[in-house]
Amino acid sequence: MRRVLYLLPVLIFVGLTALFLKGLTMDPRQIPSVLIDRPVPEMALAPLPGRGADTGLSTADLKGRVSVVNIYGSWCIACVQEHPTLMALKQQSDVPIHGIDWRDDPEQGAAWLKKHGDPYQRVGSDPAPGRTAVDFGVTGAPESFIVDRNGIIRYKHVGPITPENWRKTLLPIIRELEK
Amino acid sequence: MRHLALCALLLGLGMASPAWAVNPDEMLKDPAKEARARELGRELRCMVCQNQSIDDSDADLARDLRLIVRERIDLGDSDNDVRRFLVERYGDYVLLKPPFKSSTLALWLGPPVLLLGAAATVALFYRRRRRTTVTPAVEVPLSPEEQRRLDRLLKETGQ
Repeated sequence: MRRVLYLLPVLIFVGLTALFLKGLTMDPRQIPSVLIDRPVPEMALAPLPGRGADTGLSTADLKGRVSVVNIYGSWCIACVQEHPTLMALKQQSDVPIHGIDWRDDPEQGAAWLKKHGDPYQRVGSDPAPGRTAVDFGVTGAPESFIVDRNGIIRYKHVGPITPENWRKTLLPIIRELEK
Repeated sequence: MRHLALCALLLGLGMASPAWAVNPDEMLKDPAKEARARELGRELRCMVCQNQSIDDSDADLARDLRLIVRERIDLGDSDNDVRRFLVERYGDYVLLKPPFKSSTLALWLGPPVLLLGAAATVALFYRRRRRTTVTPAVEVPLSPEEQRRLDRLLKETGQ
């Protein structure tokens, strides 16, 4: 009994060290989304000017096919970093990617797509105060949501999509949902 | 003298009321509703800066949330309706004060349990020590042999 008591501080120390070590490797910005397995929020976003036949993005547009909804903005630096990956996916992948131009002037959102390329099927404009983005629980851009064919949100990705996390994380989830 | 001025400055800084990030153009016309919005804004987390309230933060998303909180209040939502509206979108994390529920039991009860445990340990330690060091209630007189040894020792040291 006594010996156990003497060991207790050591055990507590080891336990705390393990806890802190785990904490060091966690990203505080990765907050679990409460919207997983819930339907896409009600929305009817206007299209961006000059995108041809695009009628914007509404809840009904996300039904019927597994798709990715990507939150971007012309003011968003990390989106510039992410964009080549989305452009490559447009060429190489059959997964439809839709955009939400968040907290942005539609003209600027459209100009940004002209400059950097346009990987999206549909784009909806969500100017400040970004009600639709708040309905999606967005905390920053870029963020991406995988939506299944019934319009249910299945996965949220915070930060830029890279070829690596597309291959390792997002695509397997999409393929699973497409079955 | 310079120290005094420095002290006064620090004291002044300490007492200065914090500057909220709420801009005049965001405020509601009804002062009662605006006061409720302020109160709520102080307990809602800015999801970008994470350790500031939306009332404190200059982040764009915090501004959006302040506007949306005011919009909800203007639509007739109660404080709890507004909280629920945000929790449905951002989770409990948006509340700076975590709610008391099964997943937060350890968070809420951990510190008091630890404190009580520590207090109990300390109490037990002192009780046990007192029991072992306490002098016997009845003083046992020295035996004749012991008395002789004591006398001899005292004499040796020249007393």
